[in-house]
Amino acid sequence: MNLLAQQLVNGLFIGSVYGLFAVGYTLVFGVLDILNLAHAAVFTLGGLSAVWLVQAAGMSIWLAFPLATLLAGGLGLLINAAAFAPLRRRADSQFSGLISSIAMAIIFDAAALGLFGARSVRFPPGTVKVHVWQIAGVTITSLQVGIVLVATLLMVVLTLFLQRSRTGKAIRTVAENERAAMLLGVNVSGIIAFTFFISSALGGAAGVLYGLYFDSLAPDMGRSIELKGLAVIVLGGMGSIPGAILGGLAFGLSEVLTVAVSGTSNLRDAVAFTVLFAILLLRPSGLLGRGKLREA
Amino acid sequence: MKRFSRFLLWATVCAVFVAVAVSPAISADNIKMGFVFSMTGGAASYGVSQKEGAQLAVDQINAAAGSGMQVVPIFEDDASVPQQGTNVYNKLINGDKVAVIIGPTLSNTAKITNPIAQQIGVTVLGVSNTAGGITEIGDYIFRDSLTEAVVIPNTIRVAKEKLGIKKVVLFYGNDDAFTKSGADVFRKALQAEGIQILGEQTFAKGDRDFSPQLTQIKSQSPDAIICSALVEEASGIVNQARQLGIPKNVRIIGGNGFNSPALMKNAGEAAEGVIVGAAWNISSTNPLNVKFVEDFTKKYNHPPDQFAAQAFAGVHIAYQAAKVAGTADGRKAIRDGMLKIKGMDTPLGKFSFTEGRDADHTPVVLEVKGGKFSVFVK
Repeated sequence: MNLLAQQLVNGLFIGSVYGLFAVGYTLVFGVLDILNLAHAAVFTLGGLSAVWLVQAAGMSIWLAFPLATLLAGGLGLLINAAAFAPLRRRADSQFSGLISSIAMAIIFDAAALGLFGARSVRFPPGTVKVHVWQIAGVTITSLQVGIVLVATLLMVVLTLFLQRSRTGKAIRTVAENERAAMLLGVNVSGIIAFTFFISSALGGAAGVLYGLYFDSLAPDMGRSIELKGLAVIVLGGMGSIPGAILGGLAFGLSEVLTVAVSGTSNLRDAVAFTVLFAILLLRPSGLLGRGKLREA
Repeated sequence: MKRFSRFLLWATVCAVFVAVAVSPAISADNIKMGFVFSMTGGAASYGVSQKEGAQLAVDQINAAAGSGMQVVPIFEDDASVPQQGTNVYNKLINGDKVAVIIGPTLSNTAKITNPIAQQIGVTVLGVSNTAGGITEIGDYIFRDSLTEAVVIPNTIRVAKEKLGIKKVVLFYGNDDAFTKSGADVFRKALQAEGIQILGEQTFAKGDRDFSPQLTQIKSQSPDAIICSALVEEASGIVNQARQLGIPKNVRIIGGNGFNSPALMKNAGEAAEGVIVGAAWNISSTNPLNVKFVEDFTKKYNHPPDQFAAQAFAGVHIAYQAAKVAGTADGRKAIRDGMLKIKGMDTPLGKFSFTEGRDADHTPVVLEVKGGKFSVFVK
């Protein structure tokens, strides 16, 4: 029982990081109907720049974390301005945008390699004071709790922001119908840029949390989460934010339980992607997807 | 005037001819050693250390030899890739006509390059290759680096003796030749010592999350965790094991992959108590070793590692072989000289070659204490 509980806890932690990463991914998709494939590279750069801020600039993680998040948001603005905005008025801009976001991903990866080197780096020891709690035989560290809290907080704030605030409503209007939004006086290109900012900031935050938890960051770390992030948003329903969170948790749990049951990590991705495949066959709109409704 | 300048020209030409004709006569007394180390690329940190160790040995031998046989070192970089290693081997063997080659840094390269030397009949002394199938290439191939097959059983024996471990879990990377063969050796050694293997868990290269496997391991409450991993993954495993609350008295025992200061750098406090089998121990009181560590630290301003020690010993072994053979350029005689090396004093300890031309000396067991490797006493 303890064993199962501990594994569920393990799955919850990795799942909440996947969820946070996927929320940013799905936000851009929900608003613009395009995939930003540079999202994983922003995740990497967010994590690496936080390490740099702590290590080289000697900042506390409490300052470095928001700064790295803002920096990642800035990268989102750059992606929008360089890869998507110039193509937006052309025919087939969804496809060309997808391709040019791959180019941005390659540029960001190369930048990460050039700036931070190929070796894995770590936060210096003692960056976060870690307390270990034993609750009914289950070991939880303060770091893990912090990660879940931060991830939950960011997701709640985002949901409230989208539902209640004026800008949030404007984002949803653009998602619903760009032309109508424009007729209503919404600054569409500004809203799109802002969406990219939020999306990338969340991706960068996920990168910092991932780096803190596993204590190992490298320029190629985005690659391991890139496909998983895609799978998570398909699983949850493309464009659905609660779906991305649910999908992230489901993905994290399925990974951990697969390793626990099989005793090897070789099947980890196989099972997770088989689940994805089954979902696509049985429920193509995903767990919480809105299906074809929006296009009607 | 014109005649004089013509005379000068001829004089120069003659001088050059004489110099060229005479120089082989001088160098006949000096042994040409080719060094093939990975000074750039992935294994650069090892290769740089090896070059430092070898250079120190060459300097000391030449200073001590006086008018006797001097070592002429030729250092080459294989860039950590077999293709470049092949080019360098051809240059050293056919161009520089070296008497013996020391290197290459990586087993992976050795498997490709050593057959070239074997075919022509040039002695190769590996100073860092630990994988299987190196000396099997042929009777000109030697090494002074202890293989995993020697180090690991000793580690397990000592750990059992001092800690009384009875049941363990084996945790290894199953998609890498080095970690997988390390696990095989561990398994065999554990069986030979009658230690029960409660279960096996595996991970893959590039994994960062080891908590599911470690949670399973924790629930089996083993006396120790036996781990075959390269230092990158090893650091994560050690760290996450302690985070998950696996108590400190459950030791983590590793192979050669753990034998790097990077482990302490990456895992910090969590690395304390990790047990590692090794070929060389910096704090050994063997006088030759004390002197080596002193001289090395003085020359380079940092302490040597195992790679430097094995390279240093390698130069001495090859030089001794040439002296025994009484030749500086007889390639076959030098090989026969190598076979005669028995119980030679080196910083590694009393050194001999086995029948299979592998290293034979006493391995050591180290533990991490206060952020440094020191001899495991319990």
